[in-house]
Amino acid sequence: MAVTPEDIARLAGLARIQLSEQECRDLAPEIDVILESMAKVGEVAGDDVALTTHAVPRTNVFRADEVRPSLTPEQALSGAPAAEDNRFRVPAILSED
Amino acid sequence: MLITKSAAELGRLIAAREASSVEVTTAFLDRIDELNPTLNAFLHVDREGALAAARAIDERIAAGEQMGPLAGVPIGVKDNFCTVDMPTTCGSRMLEGWVPPYDSTVVRRLREAGLVIVGKTNMDEFAMGSSTETSAFGPSRNPWDTDRIPGGSGGGSSAAVAAHLVPLALGSDTGGSIRQPAAVTGTVGIKPTYGGVSRYGVVAMASSLDQPGPCARTVTDAALLHEVIAGHDDMDATSLDLDHSGLVDAAATDDLTGLRVGIVDEFRGEGYDEGVMARFDEAVRRLEALGAEVVTISCPAFTYALPAYYLIQPAELSSNLARFDGMRYGLRAGDDGTRSAEEVMSLSREAGFGKEAKRRIIIGTYALSAGYADQYYGQAQKVRTLIIEDFRAAFERCDVLVSPTTPTTAFRIGERVADPMAMYMADLCTIPSNLAGNASASFPIGLSDDGLPVGLQVIAPTMEDTRLYRVGGALERDLEAEWGGSLLDRAPEAKGE
Amino acid sequence: MSDVDFDTVLEKYEPAIGLEVHVELNTATKMFCGCANEFGSEPNTNTCPVCLGLPGSLPSINGRAVESAIRLGLALNCDIAQWCRMARKNYFYPDMTKNFQTSQYDEPIAFDGWVELDVDGETYRVEIERAHMEEDAGKSVHAGTSGRIHDASYSLMDYNRAGVPLIEIVTRPITGAGEKAPAVARAYVAHLRELVKALDISDARMEQGSLRCDANVSIAPLGAAGLGTRTETKNVNSLRSVERAVRYEIVRQAEVLESGQPVVQETRHFHESTGTTSSGRPKSDADDYRYFAEPDLLPIAPSREWVEELRATLPEPPAQRRARLQTDWGFSDIDFLGIVSAGALGLVEETVAAGATPATARKWWVSELSRRANESGVELDELAITPAQVAAVQALVDQGIVNDKLARQVIDGVLAGEGEPAEVVERRGLVVVSDTGALSAAVDEAIAANPGVADKIRDGKVQAAGALIGQVMKAMKGQADAAKVRELILEKLAG
Repeated sequence: MAVTPEDIARLAGLARIQLSEQECRDLAPEIDVILESMAKVGEVAGDDVALTTHAVPRTNVFRADEVRPSLTPEQALSGAPAAEDNRFRVPAILSED
Repeated sequence: MLITKSAAELGRLIAAREASSVEVTTAFLDRIDELNPTLNAFLHVDREGALAAARAIDERIAAGEQMGPLAGVPIGVKDNFCTVDMPTTCGSRMLEGWVPPYDSTVVRRLREAGLVIVGKTNMDEFAMGSSTETSAFGPSRNPWDTDRIPGGSGGGSSAAVAAHLVPLALGSDTGGSIRQPAAVTGTVGIKPTYGGVSRYGVVAMASSLDQPGPCARTVTDAALLHEVIAGHDDMDATSLDLDHSGLVDAAATDDLTGLRVGIVDEFRGEGYDEGVMARFDEAVRRLEALGAEVVTISCPAFTYALPAYYLIQPAELSSNLARFDGMRYGLRAGDDGTRSAEEVMSLSREAGFGKEAKRRIIIGTYALSAGYADQYYGQAQKVRTLIIEDFRAAFERCDVLVSPTTPTTAFRIGERVADPMAMYMADLCTIPSNLAGNASASFPIGLSDDGLPVGLQVIAPTMEDTRLYRVGGALERDLEAEWGGSLLDRAPEAKGE
Repeated sequence: MSDVDFDTVLEKYEPAIGLEVHVELNTATKMFCGCANEFGSEPNTNTCPVCLGLPGSLPSINGRAVESAIRLGLALNCDIAQWCRMARKNYFYPDMTKNFQTSQYDEPIAFDGWVELDVDGETYRVEIERAHMEEDAGKSVHAGTSGRIHDASYSLMDYNRAGVPLIEIVTRPITGAGEKAPAVARAYVAHLRELVKALDISDARMEQGSLRCDANVSIAPLGAAGLGTRTETKNVNSLRSVERAVRYEIVRQAEVLESGQPVVQETRHFHESTGTTSSGRPKSDADDYRYFAEPDLLPIAPSREWVEELRATLPEPPAQRRARLQTDWGFSDIDFLGIVSAGALGLVEETVAAGATPATARKWWVSELSRRANESGVELDELAITPAQVAAVQALVDQGIVNDKLARQVIDGVLAGEGEPAEVVERRGLVVVSDTGALSAAVDEAIAANPGVADKIRDGKVQAAGALIGQVMKAMKGQADAAKVRELILEKLAG
């Protein structure tokens, strides 16, 4: 099953990256090759194999509910492309949550 | 010459006030000024800040304060470690000029131990690559041959250490980003056990695989740095509470009697340079001569490590890199007052990320997307389990595993840029330890027929990092006795522009 | 839409309601960092690298939040997971600093629970599918002509709320409630609110957003197998709105179906002012959230010992508590139900604890104060009067300092922020006059002005005294002791 430029466009939408049609056409075969070689993972592991999501075999690592110092608003906003009234200024948000 | 001395020696001289940190730091800064235009190992050098830190250390030592063994010693920090006083770009346009409002835990520990941070080293963009060629600020060059890559992603750190721009550097290893650069530059690189060194403040590529670690010219220097940066950090939930005090002592080993060494059967044969295999076989014989028992061990699941890695790593990074959207920090593109936040996010990510970053974000998005997650991401996580089981079985029969660090010596700049699969092969041998989280290292073992360095990968079980230093220390002592000095002494004299 | 429509709809359709309630926890710090969890701070003062999602930062789990989630799970009769993980829910939105929400996916901390609700004397059982932990998002202010999102020329982001711990409680579809469906939905949210307050894990203030409700509504023809297409009405943020929104959606969907159209699966917005919902975003590709286990956080595996320890800290179950209070207070079923449906149970309990009798506490909360809450469109417990103050008002009545009528004015004063009841009495000069000298003149005037009435009383028609008492009260601006006045009238007109 080949990855098409349309697939790439859909994925780019999910990943919020503005790709041109040309970029989608270029990326499709490249990603197809990579995914095809990665499909090998399906060969080995059967249903009886558990998934490993963490390399550290520990559980219940919790923090005490104690307040620690926050950044100052100046520090928090120090990298902001735009700020106003101690808030991050961003372009108008169109879609809803 | 100060710059050729080991970090351990420099630390001793500074503590004994036979040399000042300012003198030492100045020597390295001058060397950087001379060679960095050629090597592009540093993206940012903070001469004033480094000298101020060096002066402060000199004053404290003059006042009689007892400081650690690396106090006053200069160090280079990979550009994905947050530093409050220097930009942290991760080799990306996305973060060009961004100065974080906080220090990573590791950087804080460096400062507390009195190390002098001279600057930030180049890297593949967001650590995605094996050559530094994906850096938005141009590739670093290998001091052994400046037409070749210094490895990646931490090629800036390895080039800087190999060319004596700094005695020590920090790296981060997700699939081999410390070890492969070490192998191709003739330096020492350690990937500690996952959780051994805090990831807090290290800009994440793949969270379950990333592990910061030391880059050095000698095994003892790596151990000294490892002891400074390791230890539990409650800002990193995956951080382990381990005793790291025995690393430097382990590096002093010269006898490997009784050590059981396993050769990974899967990591040789087709695709491995003859010269690489020749040095590898010699190194194994050398370990035997030092008293080790050598067996060959098959780890069949390792064959699937590369495909599993290239699903898990893009999946995690596609999520980790989502935050770079031009809203709160970093590059914002296309905000002309008419576009929505959504459009500006898309345009910023298009403008800020390079091609490899986009490629991996798309692959990761695909691997996690509805309908494919089980087939790709889920299967890859199962392979991970099989690899852990292979390691467990192998470590019942041996104490450490060995393989070449990377199948070839340093390739030419540009050679693999158009072929991502060929680039990914550079990490073939190093990936299993990231998937399983165990400790692993690369030590220099000589030059291939092409005159370029070859590295030996040593793999230890989880939390047994001392074994790496034991093997590395004994091997280094034995090799240097034969060579009459460091491998790096044989590198061509680096020239400025 | 009228009630007639609603009843007609229910002759043909069966509604199914699913409720998703988000509860903000009252922990001292946020879910994954040590920033203060505070409402109303100056913008971006409670932020750090973690909740700002700065590159390199890592989360660490607030143990207290896990404890709260387990306690709530137990109180909802849920099973507690032996082992579960946090997960990343990936989608882009400027109020989310990492562009993923750290939440739980297929391994919630609590699952398979139930609650029982009394609605108009009938018991409804609501099945809980799951309760899971997650983090809240930041807040945006939309700058521009109207302050509305669509007209904004830019937005300003404050991340103080980003990372505040949330528990999301999801019900299974509630079916079989018929015309009671809106009331059951309301009663469920009211029950949760009471529960989280009793557990002391949340302020549960709907008007501040610390308890928020999304209502899934679908309808299907009576007797049909399966559920109809559902809509999700977001941010229904008062108890009254829950009931109205559900009711509105049931009728709206029936109208759509009756006109031969299908119901569109979409999110909808509730409008407080009109009681209507409007179309939001359709279900789309953007809902591919690419969940995966959060690699930066290790699994949570509550030991059974810990779970049992937490179970021992649970407050009395609501049904048991209700039974106990009804017996203690000696109310009839009808009177007691009045308290429960008014949402006044805890308030009456606290008022009794502060010294009022159950009957007087009930009288103030269920009749007087409920009416005022209704008039101002707020919840009973959001009124600016505490149970202790209500008890103090009643004490003033008992001591004869004020009468019932004056007591209402005292309450007015307290609600208006004029201070404690005694202070209001003082400031407004609301003391009852029972001094014979002061009353006598007013009584004489009333008798003189109403000779006919006076004659009747002289003739023995004692009940006619009421008219004269009214006159005196009017003249004394309500501040007369009515019993004393009556006594004086009868005395003066005694034959």
